[in-house]
Amino acid sequence: MPHATLLLNALSPGDTATITGLHGVHGLARQRLLEMGLMQGVRIRFVRRAPLGDPIEVRLMGYSLMLRDNVAGGISVLREGTK
Amino acid sequence: MKPAGKTPEKVRHAALVGNPNSGKTTLFNALTGLRHKVANYPGVTVEKKEGRLDLPGGQEITLFDLPGTYSMHPQSPDEFLATEIMLGMSAHTPPPDLVVCAVDATNLERNLYLVTQLIDCHIPVVVALTMVDLARQQGTTVDARTLSRLLGCAVIPVVAHRGEGLDALREAVLNVAPPNGHALPWKLPEELQKEWDRVRDQLRDTYHLSVPAASHEATALLISPELIAQRVDRYDPAFVEQLRKNVQKLDFLGIDRQTAFVESRYAWIRDAVARTVHSPDRVRPSLTDRIDRIVTHRVWGFIIFLAIMALMFQSIFSWAIVPMEWIAGGFEALGQTIGGALPPGDLRDLLVDGALAGVAAVVTFLPQIMFLFFFLGLLEDSGYMARAAFIMDKLMSKVGLHGKSFIPLLGSFACAIPGIMATRTIENPKDRLATILVAPLMSCSARLPVYSLLIAAFIPSTMLFGIVSIQGLTLLSMYLFGMVMALLMAWLFKKTLLRGAPPLFIMELPAYKVPSLKTVLLQVWERALAFLKTAGTIILGVSILLWALASYPKLGDGASNADQLEHSYAGKAGQSIEPLIRPLGFDWKIGIGLISSLLQREAFVSAMATIYNVQSEDGTESELTLQEAMKLDRDPATGELTFTLLTAICLMVYYVLAMQCLSTVAIVRRETNGWKWPAFQIAYMTALAYGVTFLVYRGGLLLGWGT
Repeated sequence: MPHATLLLNALSPGDTATITGLHGVHGLARQRLLEMGLMQGVRIRFVRRAPLGDPIEVRLMGYSLMLRDNVAGGISVLREGTK
Repeated sequence: MKPAGKTPEKVRHAALVGNPNSGKTTLFNALTGLRHKVANYPGVTVEKKEGRLDLPGGQEITLFDLPGTYSMHPQSPDEFLATEIMLGMSAHTPPPDLVVCAVDATNLERNLYLVTQLIDCHIPVVVALTMVDLARQQGTTVDARTLSRLLGCAVIPVVAHRGEGLDALREAVLNVAPPNGHALPWKLPEELQKEWDRVRDQLRDTYHLSVPAASHEATALLISPELIAQRVDRYDPAFVEQLRKNVQKLDFLGIDRQTAFVESRYAWIRDAVARTVHSPDRVRPSLTDRIDRIVTHRVWGFIIFLAIMALMFQSIFSWAIVPMEWIAGGFEALGQTIGGALPPGDLRDLLVDGALAGVAAVVTFLPQIMFLFFFLGLLEDSGYMARAAFIMDKLMSKVGLHGKSFIPLLGSFACAIPGIMATRTIENPKDRLATILVAPLMSCSARLPVYSLLIAAFIPSTMLFGIVSIQGLTLLSMYLFGMVMALLMAWLFKKTLLRGAPPLFIMELPAYKVPSLKTVLLQVWERALAFLKTAGTIILGVSILLWALASYPKLGDGASNADQLEHSYAGKAGQSIEPLIRPLGFDWKIGIGLISSLLQREAFVSAMATIYNVQSEDGTESELTLQEAMKLDRDPATGELTFTLLTAICLMVYYVLAMQCLSTVAIVRRETNGWKWPAFQIAYMTALAYGVTFLVYRGGLLLGWGT
C-alpha cells in the first residue's frame, strides 16, 4: 500500500508523505503549525522518534522540527513511500 | 497610502529580527562589537539588548536585538514583545525606523515568511541573508539580486563571523527605502483581500492606527474571531457588527481565513524560492543527519547525553573550585591587608567581616556561573541543546514540563543561580516559572559542606555488604531526595498554580555547527555581569546587616567568640526561635546556625565552628575537633545530647528543602521582575522544609531513633 491516508504519528521512520490537513489542531496551535509550514500539500518526512518514543522529528521545507505525538496525531497525511 | 518609513536621514533606531537559529545573535555581535548593553524590558522577563551601529558617513544609530520570532502572530512573551516593537507599539522602545531581518539562506522558505509579514505591514525592511557560507558548502546558491527585486527590499548576503557583507548591509540600512505602494505581491482569495483592505483602511482612518499597526490588526482580527470579542470596547458597535457579518460571509464562501493568510504567502514564497535558489538534487544524508543517528540513538544517545552532563557537572563542581579558591584567597589577603592597615574596632570589622566577607561570598560563585554558561553556550550554539530537549522531553512531560526544563534543573545541582538564569531558553512563562520555583530544591554545591560535616560526624562509617559506604549512600540520598521533591513540586505547581492549557511544544532541530567562541564568551560575560550587578547590591546590604546582628551588642574585650555570638542579636534570635524549631529537634545553637546561613548555606559550618570555639582555618584537624565537639555536646539542663543521628538527618532534610540563599532570592527577583515569586518561593520552601523535617523527626522518635 504505497498510498494511504494516515495520521502523521502513524508513519514510520523514513516514510515520506504529503500533508492533507490539520483537522485535529485548532486556534493558536494551528496558526503556528501552519506558519511553520505544516499545511496542505507540503511534503514531509518522518525522520525518527525520540529514544523514549516521544517526541517525533519530521523534516519539511528543508528543516527539521520536533513535535509531540499528540500534535502529530492531529495532522493527516497521504503516505507516498519510504526510503 | 502614506508609507510608514522615514527618509534615510531620519534613521535613528533599527530593530534586528529573525527566526530562532537564523544567525541573528552572531550578526548582532558582528554589527555592534562589544558596544551593547543588556537589560530587562519593564514588566516582562525578556532580555533587552541594544547596541550602537555605525553607518557609512559617520552616523551612529541604535540597533535593538529583538528575541527570535517565527511570526508576527506571537505565541510567547518573547514573540509578543518583538512584534510590539516591530509595529512601533511598544511603550518603552521607540518605533524602529527600519527592521533588519536575518534570513537563513539554508532555510530560506520558512525564514521568508516573517519577511512577507513585515512587508505586509509596510515596515521598511532590509534582509540580511545569513549562513550563505553554509549554503554554499551544501552546493546551494541564492540569487540575492532577483530575490531583492521580488521582495521589493534590499537583500544582502552576509557571513557575519567573517565580517563579509557587513559594509553592504550598513549601506543598505542607510539607504533603506519605504516599501512601495500597497499592492501585495501575494494573492489572497479576492473576497478576503477586499475585507482585509476595508478593515485596515478603517482602522487607519477611523481609529488612527499607524499603517503597520492597522495592517497587523486587520490580519489578526480576520484570523481569530475571538479577538473581535476581546476588543469590543475598543471599536464602535457598527464596526464590530460589520466585521462579524463579513467574517460569516467569508466562512459561508468556504474560505478558511487562517489557512488562506498563511498559504497565500507560502505559495508566493515557493515561487520566489524556485526562481532564486539553485541547489543540487541531493539526497545524500547531511552531516547533521548522520550525527543525529548517533546522538539521538536509543543507547548511544543517552550515553552521550550523560557523558556531556557529567563533563558539565564535573566542570562546575570541581574545576570551578580552583578559581573559586583563588578568589576566596584573594579576598582573604585583601581582608588581612585592610585589617592590618586599620586600627581594631567597629569600622575594621564592618569592612572586613561585614562588607568584604559578603562580597566575597557572592563573587566566589562567579566561576561556577561562568563555567555553566560557557558549557550551556557551547551546547546551545552547536545545536546540541535541542537534541537534549528531544531526548529528555518524554521524562519531563510526566511532571508537566518539557525537555527544555531539564538542563536548568541539572545545572542547579551545582548552583541554583546559573540554573535559574538558564531558564531563559524556556519560552512558555508558566513552564519557566515552575522550573525557577523548584530549581533551588536541587542540592547545590553550597549544601555539600553542611552535608559533609553532619555525615562525617553522625553517620556511621561502616560498609553495607562490604562495599557500599553508608556515608556515601546518605549523601546520594540527599541529592536524590532533593531531585524527587523538585519534580514533585513542579508537577504540583503545574497542576494547581500554573495550570493552563498545555502549550504547543514544537521546537526546531537546527543543523549542527561549530560553535562561535565569540558568541559564547560574550554570553558568559553578559551573564556574569548581570549576576554581579543584581546579586551584588542586595547581598552587600544584607551581609552587612547579618554581620551587625552577629556582632552587636558588643561584650567586653575579654569575651570569647562563642560568648559574643551567643549574646548577639543573632544569638538571641537563635534562642528566641527555639520554641519554633524545638518540634524539629533543633536547639538554640542550631537556631543560630540556621540564622547565620540565611545568606549562604555553608555559613552553618562556620557558625558551628564559632559556637564550639574551634578555628575552622586550621584544616582537617580542627574539623575533627568540631565533629567531636558536636558529638559530645549536651544540654546542660537535661543532659541530653544536642545532636543525635536523628537530629543530623533532620538537619540535612531541612537543608535540602529550605531556601537559605539570598543570592538565589535576588536572582529570582530579577528573573521574575518582582518580589511576588521570590516571596512565594521562600514561603513554600520554608513550609515544605519545616513540614517534612517535622514528619521525619516525629517518625524517627516513634521508631526510637531519637537517642
